[in-house]
Amino acid sequence: MSLLETRGVTAFYGDFQALYGIDMGVEEGETVAIIGSNGAGKSSFLRALCGLQKTAPDSVRFGGDAIGGLAAHHIVGLGLAMVPEGRRLFPSLSVEENLLVGAYSKRPGPWTLERLYALFPILGERRHNPGTALSGGQQQMVAIGRALMSNPRLLLCDEISLGLAPVVIRDIYAALPGIKAEGTSVLVVEQDVGQAMKVADRLYCFQEGRVSLAGRPGELTREQISLAYFGV
Amino acid sequence: MTEWIDTLMQGILLGGLYSLFATGLALSFGVMRMINIAHGDFAILAAFAAIAVVEPFGLNPFVVLLVVAPLMGLFGYLLQRTILNRTLGKDILPPLLVTFGFSIIIQNLLLVTFSADTRSLNVGELGTASIALGGDLAVGVLPLIIMLAAVAVLGALQWLFSATPLGRAFRAASDDAEAAQLMGIDNRHIYGLAMGIAMAVVAIAGVFLAIRANISPADGPARLLYAFEAVIIGGLGSLWGTLAGGMILGVAQAVGLKADPGWGILAGHLAFLAVLAVRPNGLFARTRDR
Repeated sequence: MSLLETRGVTAFYGDFQALYGIDMGVEEGETVAIIGSNGAGKSSFLRALCGLQKTAPDSVRFGGDAIGGLAAHHIVGLGLAMVPEGRRLFPSLSVEENLLVGAYSKRPGPWTLERLYALFPILGERRHNPGTALSGGQQQMVAIGRALMSNPRLLLCDEISLGLAPVVIRDIYAALPGIKAEGTSVLVVEQDVGQAMKVADRLYCFQEGRVSLAGRPGELTREQISLAYFGV
Repeated sequence: MTEWIDTLMQGILLGGLYSLFATGLALSFGVMRMINIAHGDFAILAAFAAIAVVEPFGLNPFVVLLVVAPLMGLFGYLLQRTILNRTLGKDILPPLLVTFGFSIIIQNLLLVTFSADTRSLNVGELGTASIALGGDLAVGVLPLIIMLAAVAVLGALQWLFSATPLGRAFRAASDDAEAAQLMGIDNRHIYGLAMGIAMAVVAIAGVFLAIRANISPADGPARLLYAFEAVIIGGLGSLWGTLAGGMILGVAQAVGLKADPGWGILAGHLAFLAVLAVRPNGLFARTRDR
């Protein structure tokens, strides 16, 4: 049984249909990447998974249970955590408080403040600063740490490299093995195809709300990806 | 000189009551970004509820307050969960209209039930007791109790907000409601709790008001105005600022009243306008413009 399995996920914004039946899956312990251009439906799909976007109950199964359309605050407790696009730290909370609020659902698991400060030492040094006073890369570490504090079985990362310098992106992705080592599966949405190819066990490409390509990075040719990504 | 010190002291102590009114308002705006137009009317409602129990049974108002405040808290939670949560969204108008409707309903319900006569809560000798401070100066025991209660309430809320998981959830939901949901926070419940606390505090304010002065069913809107002024003077997002705002308003009114009996309330409004002109964000604003 897959950890996450979706069948025909659709999403609408008013009359506009953003997703036209997405079928995909994430196995236990896997890192899966979703690539695609702007407006391909990647973020809408993650929002549907974590409960921020309405979708049919049976279209999303997590750990075997139908979770489609459940409230977002309920889904976190089941072990599916999201690092939202744009980080969305809480400005009136310190770094440490941002992390602690991530543990609000009280899900048991390996992640604690100490464990996170070991993974991202800079956060320990700046724990009392306001979360939004940090650099972009450090804020992204807080956003990832905050999601990990809920001890998820699956971590969703929406465009975590957006707007960051290459060296900072490398630092952030360097934490991925440590996260996987705790048994957490990861689903990343990336516009940066190179980065996605490097970290993912499997890859999905979205185009105009549909899966245009799926496979293992090593088995996909440049032409295939280019066609699936741009449609030309 | 003694007279002026006395005036100043009266004003500061009056500020304790004003800050209790203001706290509930600051809380619902701070957490839900919601302005409760019926805030003052809920205070008067709680006061009349207390009067309805105290008068026939001859109970002590302070004891009744121990029941009325939690009941109003529960009422606030249910009100938020069943009605007010539905009004929240990008548009700020629905909560204003709905609470304005509550204001009218409460005033008229009280009018039907209790008539337009002014009423008050009697605490016996405590109402007039005072502590001599030497010279011609004395401080009323009742205003002092109210001020201490205000400090205790604000201190408790400050602790709740800064040091507890619930307080973090309040602040997170206030910062970014959607991101808060991603942390497992049920915003509808959190908003209910915030309104419950706001209502419990406003019940304390309403009962203290009825102990200190005469009240009538139409007094709510004036109380809302003072509460607004205290919150704005102190600065949004700052609990202790709310206490300072209440004191500044109280002192301004007391000084105005001393100059001329007709000047009291006007002086309060003028002080409010002066602060607004010099520091539009309030004196102790913590939050940034958003």
